[in-house]
Parts: sequence; C-alpha cells; structure tokens
Amino acid sequence: MTGFLQNTFNGLVSGAFYALLALGLAVIFGMLRVVNFAHGAFYMLGAFGAYVLLSEAGVPFWAALVIMPLGLGLLGMALERAVIHRLTRLDPLYNFLLTFGLTLILQDLVKSRYGVQSSPYATPSALSGSVDFGLFDFPTYRVFILGFAVLVCVAVWWVLTRTRVGMVVRAATERPELTPAFGINVGRWVTPVFGFGIALAGLAGVLAAPMRAVNPLMGADLIIVVFAVVVIGGLGSIFGSVAAGFGIGLVQAWGEAYLSDFPIVSQTIVFVVMAVVLLWRPAGLFGREEAPA
Amino acid sequence: MTSTVDTPAEAGRPAPPSGLLTVGRAPAWVRYALLAVGLVAALWLPNGLYPAVAVDILCWALFAVAVDLLLGFTGLMSFGHAAFWGTSAYVTGLVAIHAGLPFPAAVLAGALTAAALAVPIGYLAVKRTGIYFAMVTLAFAQMVYYVANEWRSVTQGENGLQGVPRSFFGVDLTDDYYFYYAILPIVLLGLAAAWRIVHSPFGRVLVGIRDNPARARALGYPVHRYKLTAFVLSGFIAGLGGGLFAVGHRFVSLDVLHWTTSGKAVIVVVLGGIGTLWGAVLGAALVVRLEDWLSFSGFEAIGLVTGGIFVLVVLLFRRGIWGSAALLAKRWMARRQR
Repeated sequence: MTGFLQNTFNGLVSGAFYALLALGLAVIFGMLRVVNFAHGAFYMLGAFGAYVLLSEAGVPFWAALVIMPLGLGLLGMALERAVIHRLTRLDPLYNFLLTFGLTLILQDLVKSRYGVQSSPYATPSALSGSVDFGLFDFPTYRVFILGFAVLVCVAVWWVLTRTRVGMVVRAATERPELTPAFGINVGRWVTPVFGFGIALAGLAGVLAAPMRAVNPLMGADLIIVVFAVVVIGGLGSIFGSVAAGFGIGLVQAWGEAYLSDFPIVSQTIVFVVMAVVLLWRPAGLFGREEAPA
Repeated sequence: MTSTVDTPAEAGRPAPPSGLLTVGRAPAWVRYALLAVGLVAALWLPNGLYPAVAVDILCWALFAVAVDLLLGFTGLMSFGHAAFWGTSAYVTGLVAIHAGLPFPAAVLAGALTAAALAVPIGYLAVKRTGIYFAMVTLAFAQMVYYVANEWRSVTQGENGLQGVPRSFFGVDLTDDYYFYYAILPIVLLGLAAAWRIVHSPFGRVLVGIRDNPARARALGYPVHRYKLTAFVLSGFIAGLGGGLFAVGHRFVSLDVLHWTTSGKAVIVVVLGGIGTLWGAVLGAALVVRLEDWLSFSGFEAIGLVTGGIFVLVVLLFRRGIWGSAALLAKRWMARRQR
C-alpha cells in the first residue's frame, strides 16, 4: 500500500510537468491553431536559464521562478510577432515546420555554448528534506512541484472561466470561425496568449531544474510524449490536455513500478495508450470530432 | 502577387493543387529533355562528388520521394517516416550480417518489414488528418525509437550495428564508386515506381482525396483505405532508401530512427517543392551535399544550419525549387504565347 501511494505520488509529479506543458500547447493551439514544436525547447530554456542565472549571477531559485517565465513569455511574444504571425493564415503544418526549425536552432545554440553534459542544480534550501505523510516520506521539493502545478492549473482555469479574456480564449478555441463574427477582436489576444503558453513552458523548465538533469536536449524527447498526451486528451480541449497530462504521468509511474521486468514498458506505454485512444475515440478523450478535412 | 496561378502558398494549403499538372502540361520534348538530363546527372554524380556522398544522395532521394508521395499527393504530412527508414536499415543490416544474403535481398527484406510496420501505424494514423496526423506519426516513430534503444540484444543499442557487409555474389563492392552504380538501378526502380503510382488512376484518386476528401467519399471512394495504401507504399519506398543507406554506411546507428531524421526528410521535400516528386530528389541532393560540406569544414552546430534552412524555406520559399522553376517556366511560356 505504501509503495502504491509513493508510486502514485511520483506519477502525479511527473504528470504535473506534462500537464503544464500540455496546458501551454492547448491554449496556444486554441488561439492560433499552431502546434508549437518548440515548446520542449522553451522548457529547456527555462531550466537552463535558471541554471545560468544561479551559477553566473547568483540569482536564487525563487527569483528565477519569476524571471524566466516572464523573460521567455516576452521572447515568445516577440517570436509570434516576428515570424509565427506570418504563417497563421496558412495551413498549420507550416508553423509546425517553422517551430521545428526553431527547436533545432535553440538546441544547438545552447549546445554550442554549454556542451551536452548535464549540469546540476541544487534544490533550494527551503525545499530540501522530506515531508512525513505518516505512511511514507516524500521529498519536499516534489510536494512543492505538485502543489505549485495544481495551483497554476487552477489559476488558469479561473482565468478561463471567470474573466473576459478567458471567455474570448475559450470561444476562439471552440468556435474559431464564429467568434470573430460576434464582433470579438480575437487578434488582439493572440500575441499575449502565445507568450503566456511559452511562459508556462518556461515555468515547467525552472521547476524541473532541481529535479531533472539540465542539458540542451532535456526538452527534445519530452515534447513528443507531450504531443501524445494532447492527442490522448484532445488538443482542442484545455481541460482534456491537463487531465491527460496527469493521467499519463500516473500510468507511466505505475507501469514503471509494476512492470519493472520490462523497462521498455514505461517508455512506450504512453504511445500504447495513444493507439488505444485513436481506435476507440479518434478525437481524443475530451476532444470533439474535427470537421472532415 | 500578380500571378493568377493558384499556388499552395496563396491558397494556404500544403500541397500545390496544380502539382501534378505543372509537370504533365510541359511539352513532351521538355519532359524528355529533363529526364535525359536527370539520367546523365545520375550517371555522372560519383565522378563529381565523393562517391560516399553520392550514395547518400541516392538513399535520401528515395526517402524524400516517399515522404512527398504522402505530403504532396495525398495531403498527409508524416512526421514519423524515420520509423520506416530506420526499421528497414536495422532489418537490412541484421539480414545482411546474419544471413549473408546478397545486399539487394537484404534491402528487400528491410523494405518489406518497413511496409509491414506501416500497416498498423498507418491504420491508426489515417484516423486523423492535418496537424494531428503529423503528431501521431511522430509519436509512433518515437515508440519505434525507444524499442530499438531498449532491445540491445538485437540492435546493439547506442553502439549501433557494426559491420554490415556489401555481399553481392562475390563481386567486390567495397569501393563506394562501384557501390553507387550497383544501387543506382534499385533507386531508379524505386523512383519509377513512385512516378507510376502518382500517374496511375490510384494516384489520381489520392490527389482527389487531398483536394476534397468529402467529395472523394461522396463519389464512393473508401478514403481511409486509399490513404492507408498510400502510406504503406510510401513506407516501402522509404524502407528501400533506409536499407540501402545501411549497406552504404556498413553501419546502423540509432540516429536513423530519431525524430530529427523524420523532420529532415520533410524539409528536404519542402525545399525541393511539395508535390513535385523530382523536386524531392533535388532537395535531397542539396541537403546531403550541404551537410557533408559543413561537417567537412569542421562546423559542429549543423542543427543551427538545418534549423535555419527550415525557418527560411518555410517563411520565404514555400514553393520549393521545383515548384518555383515550374512556375517561372509557365509564366515564360504564357508570355511567349501572347
């Protein structure tokens, strides 16, 4: 029982990263119809930025947690204005290719400056140690990640459901053609929403820095798992993406723990789940059938 | 834009609606002349370049044409074709090492395995279209990558498969120069097959599905089955290229299955011109040549250059080389007729 709880907790923590990344992908997709391949690269930049800030300027974790998402969000907005914006009226595949190219560039820029080896990032002292849950101990930092990620998701949910911006984003996500017809200026929210999605990726990166190896390729394979997550949840559904993020984290952790004789399982289980979902509900668990095209 | 031609960039679609016709409409003598130039270039290639680079160009040409068959003529962007290229490379390598068959037989085994793998992946992937199709194929290719990475007893994991032989009935093919001419017929056969598929009634239906799936369905064509067939054929052709690549390098590394390989194949097609088939061959030649030149000159951040090409091509050059050339030729002829 204790083992099970511990595995479940670990699953939720890795699910928190998937959820934050999938959430960013989903709001960006909802508003711009862009699948941002560079999302993993921005996650990497978040972690790397935190590392560089600490090692070269002595900026602590808590400051990085604010600086990196803000900085990357601004960078994302600039990027949207400079290039992505030019392609949004074309087939989404072009922006997919564009952001793929950006991913290669960002990765190689970091690689040529800092090499490929992983850099350590110390857990902030306030969050070291572990929390006693009676049945088991759990590292404080992981508890913090889970709480923080849930908090962010709830805050985003609040913004989406209770504010005017949120209504515009939801309307544009669910009825992209109809929303502007009601006289709503969707265009003016496009750039901020893109920046916000990137900021979420940067935030996930900073959170990952003390827990995972910081290296230029840390976002590369992760983003593909996140793609599978949003296919499972249904990219058009913001809630679905978050739910699928936590769900896949759980399934992976359980697979790793109880099928440990087959190390291949924990790496591929997400794709197996995706295959089953495609067979059973091609539009994703929470998605709606897209118009035949 | 002063042109009245409905190019894909203007229509906002990934595939040129006139892709099939631009080439087909050219006068017969132009087409035969281009074919002759192409054949002469293919025969001359290893004399002008390092033969090893020429071999790579042939393999990548098959790979790119396979991707274009889907992207340009079926309207499906596979971002996971490394799964077929790489699986065939591994199977070819294993067959050549363990069974000692002549290399064409090993390559055939590899390509057939790739086609067999394309059946389940394609069956699931064609349930989605557009950007989702790209994500689903990408995800399944990553799954194949993980399996190859874990299955060390067979694939040797990160060490890669070493010592893939180039056996061919006792003929000595260790020199890349002669190996080039040994694989050229296979590559030409593969390219001819792609051309035949595109210009067959089956290919016409694919283009119909690309341009208007709803109408194709209304006309009674089983759209999913057509897409799946195209996917499997494309997997086979990509597999041919991957198998030859394995024999050409006498070595198979995990890179052949990595998502960057899938992405490179797509950008080769876009650079050459989506839906032009021969443009993909040109794109392959350019990209392989460029990468060789970069690594030869000691430049390490190759991703910076390939990524930069990606961004520039997508932003400024969406018609690609062949598409732009065809458009220019068309305008020139229109002006002459006036």
